[in-house]
Amino acid sequence: MQGDDRSIAELARALRERSTSSRELVAASLARIERFDGALNAFITVTPEQALAAADAADARLARGEGGPLTGVPIAHKDIFCTRGIATTCASKMLANFISPYDATVVERLAAAGLVCVGKTNMDEFAMGSSNETSFFGPVRNPWDLERSPGGSSGGSAAAVAAGLVPAATGTDTGGSIRQPAALSGITGFKPSYGRVSRYGMIAFASSLDQAGILARSAEDAALLVEAMAGFDPRDSTSADLPVPHYVAELGRPLAGRRIGVPPEFFDAGLDAGCAARLREALDVLRQLGAEIVDVSLPHLGLSVPTYYIVAPAEASSNLARFDGVRFGHRSTAASSLEEMYKRSRQEGFGAEVRRRIMTGTYVLSTGYYDAYYLQAQKARKLIAEDLRRAFDRVDVIAGPTTPTPAFRLGEKTDDPVQMYLNDIYTIAVNLAGVPGISVPCGFVDGLPVGLQLIGPAFGEAAVLNVAHQYQCATDWHRRRPADPPAGVKR
Amino acid sequence: MALSKEDVRHIAQLARLALSEEEEADYAAKLSRILGLVDQLRQVDTQGVVPMAHPLDMAQRLRPDVVTEEDCRDLCQQNAPRAEGGLYLVPRVID
Amino acid sequence: MSGGWEPVIGLEIHAQLATRSKIFSGAATAYGAAPNTQACLVDLGYPGVLPVLNAEAVRLAVRFGLAIGASIASRSVFARKNYFYPDLPKGYQISQYELPVVQGGSLRIELDDGSSRTVRLTRAHLEEDAGKSLHENFQGLSGIDLNRAGTPLLEIVSEPDMRSAKEAAAYMRRIHQLVRWIGICDGNMQEGSFRCDANVSVRPAGSTQLGTRTEIKNLNSFRFLERAILFEIDRQVGVLEDGGRIVQETRLYDPERDQTRSMRSKEEANDYRYFPDPDLLPLEISEALVAEVRATLPELPDARAQRLVAEAGLGAGEAALLTASRELADYFEAVLAAVGPGQARLAATWVNGELAAALNRDSLGIEAARVDAQALAGLLARIADQTISGKIAKEVFEAMWAGEGSADQIIDRKGLRQITDSSALEQVIDQVIAANPGQVAEYRAGKDKLFGFFVGQVMKLTAGKGNPAQVNELLRRKLAS
Repeated sequence: MQGDDRSIAELARALRERSTSSRELVAASLARIERFDGALNAFITVTPEQALAAADAADARLARGEGGPLTGVPIAHKDIFCTRGIATTCASKMLANFISPYDATVVERLAAAGLVCVGKTNMDEFAMGSSNETSFFGPVRNPWDLERSPGGSSGGSAAAVAAGLVPAATGTDTGGSIRQPAALSGITGFKPSYGRVSRYGMIAFASSLDQAGILARSAEDAALLVEAMAGFDPRDSTSADLPVPHYVAELGRPLAGRRIGVPPEFFDAGLDAGCAARLREALDVLRQLGAEIVDVSLPHLGLSVPTYYIVAPAEASSNLARFDGVRFGHRSTAASSLEEMYKRSRQEGFGAEVRRRIMTGTYVLSTGYYDAYYLQAQKARKLIAEDLRRAFDRVDVIAGPTTPTPAFRLGEKTDDPVQMYLNDIYTIAVNLAGVPGISVPCGFVDGLPVGLQLIGPAFGEAAVLNVAHQYQCATDWHRRRPADPPAGVKR
Repeated sequence: MALSKEDVRHIAQLARLALSEEEEADYAAKLSRILGLVDQLRQVDTQGVVPMAHPLDMAQRLRPDVVTEEDCRDLCQQNAPRAEGGLYLVPRVID
Repeated sequence: MSGGWEPVIGLEIHAQLATRSKIFSGAATAYGAAPNTQACLVDLGYPGVLPVLNAEAVRLAVRFGLAIGASIASRSVFARKNYFYPDLPKGYQISQYELPVVQGGSLRIELDDGSSRTVRLTRAHLEEDAGKSLHENFQGLSGIDLNRAGTPLLEIVSEPDMRSAKEAAAYMRRIHQLVRWIGICDGNMQEGSFRCDANVSVRPAGSTQLGTRTEIKNLNSFRFLERAILFEIDRQVGVLEDGGRIVQETRLYDPERDQTRSMRSKEEANDYRYFPDPDLLPLEISEALVAEVRATLPELPDARAQRLVAEAGLGAGEAALLTASRELADYFEAVLAAVGPGQARLAATWVNGELAAALNRDSLGIEAARVDAQALAGLLARIADQTISGKIAKEVFEAMWAGEGSADQIIDRKGLRQITDSSALEQVIDQVIAANPGQVAEYRAGKDKLFGFFVGQVMKLTAGKGNPAQVNELLRRKLAS
């Protein structure tokens, strides 16, 4: 049972031409999940009945000629998006039995565009992690090497797409959680600008950094999907009321004359030599396509990680206070007083990394520390964002590595949180500034995929997707597939 | 920046987490490590820099004063650990 | 209270804003709904939901700011106040911290002794209300109702400018009057729409340092506020005079014992970890919006009272009573319009007198008055044109209040017209003089006090309908001779 190699555009065309049906596609997806997810653990919940019913409904619309550009295509949602009537767990014991009473805007919009959801993908607990090892439901394995991490926090979505279980999946990116797993899993991962996609129904980790995006096998596929989910949502005060350009239409623009900036700060000591080599090769390709490669400095880049690890935990510590065992979620049975109920429910419901970040966040907001930490971090954030803004005065897009190394082994970095945090070094500034970023496969190091990151100015998704697509027209890294994992492994 | 066990206990209380003794020690160490990482920031000169609370340079949207939500109690209380008579029940709140 | 100590009092008032929907969600705010039927996903703090700000809440806050002469922040920020409590679904309250929507302002208060002073306000800010915990009926458990969660509140903070419990009560009354007057809050203390916390400290008279203060929470009547503050001042003075120190703490007033008591520590030192709420953007209020709201501001109570003094020739005290609420002032001016400016004082006396007494007796608000402005004006007209005396008018009023008809109908039906015919009155007077020779002799001998007796007798014989002025004049004449 081969994985389907067709792009989403090709699948959609085949569906409209009726050379395939949604039921066929969805059934094939479910079959691959059934067969291979035991080895990967990319899914927390699979919804075969709902998916097949939705597929049939899609087929009916297609038969009436009412299909749109995405009708009938299978998709999976990261388990951070609320899905009505279906468990939404955030990969946490705290929400292990939580059935959401509503759909996230992203889920609504993609369903309205005709996509068929086959299940909810695994992730780092509450999106806190870069390796998908903090999930209550066990780690996800990288389809390229089952002993390695696929990255995180959208590790399940990345693995599911990389292994051809679904053609695309939604993800969220707060410090790199779409781009980094895309890079480590050899696929394309796109994070639009902050405010481009509604956060309503997307369980909050760090509210001023979180953004929904897509993991898929190409920039073109990502463009199609982001177009369908982007746009103003009155239920999200941080949603930008700006028209959504027709990204797909702008993909074909040639790169001649494009200025691509490369910050020397990206080529620091932490960057693996192999990754650096693949990156330089990718820049050569861009040059050959007519782009001008320019040095552009981001002097405050080094402040990204400390800034992020103040702002994100601070916001998270507050966002996760609602998980108190009162109205939903885990409530400890071992509690006799209100205080006990709070403490035990949260202690039992949250995993170690989540608790650690809540503690860090609580600390940096506490009396006496707010100015030195949180306020200072907001100022550093401004410096970082200004660096990027100034850079985009001179270049159209910035290029660099997505991660310092290829996929690391499961368990390799879990002892020292700081080691794990340093993984995010190239991706974090993008979230701090709220600008769009994509990671596309650009080669291999020791048989493991490596990603090229492209960053654009605020609401400059079109430029990012265009450069990424042009690169993918000239290369075929994004078409490489890992071997199927062993079949029938029990979860 | 080293955290003492008292510091950890205080933060755990604010965050309503019931840490065990070993965890307290572990957290003191790990948090100190994390704070060591972020401490670099304190050295940075940010004189005159306006803090950035938000990537968007936008003002808050105002919503018209209209009732748009209906009673969703039954649906929501399906998720409640304990509810009776329409109320969410918790161990006694003492003032 | 011992001499030598000066109380220093500031009040924090939480006024529920009269919007239809919640401050950050579209759920209804109506009072009295079944538990948790007006708490939507946003109010419940469900995972993934987000707040969106209610335009009307902003307008009402601006209206208040303008009414107290405060400045309206062109840019204000919402902040999260983080703490755990079962009636606080998100584990934080969305409030405003460093940059509130209203800054400064002041209010003049008047005391019973006629003195007045200005109380400055520090600020007023928007925030969301929490839900409620119910403790009865559940064994060892509390029931949480989140209907109230998310209701918009305006927290109104005064400077610690008050120096006595009476001043504090006067200030609380003024704010209560004002928020109702400008239509931003219904002021219903029983339903919890208007709640007051008092910060109380004492210091040696003449000192400029502030003493340690305690906070007395949730005072929901003017009387309780005054009593609680009085007790607290005494308590603090007692502690200090005994050489003790005041503990900064939160206290509750127990009306049954007329005491304040310490609340069981809700938290040791509450560290609220305020930070700007990242789910909300800064609130920008344009000059155009301020102007728009300013145009909706009604004539404020003081200005209206002054106008009544200037235009209707009323005394300051009467005018103040008549402007206790806008509805009452409207009622009065409707009476005035119908009966004519010449009867302003009569109208004022009646509205503040008989009408007020009747409303009070039947526990009615002015909107439910059983004699409307037009009807009252009709009655006053009959006094003005001497058809009936003031005393008889009271009888007529009671009948009108009981629903027996208009003034004219009642006067006719009961035959209450005043007797103004001099010859008829003279006849009655002659009768009285003839019937009381002893008293007449005594009066003529110099016992002036007996005049009242004769008036009484005449009134008895005329069933109270003799025109008092005429009776007086005629009696004097006849007794003199």
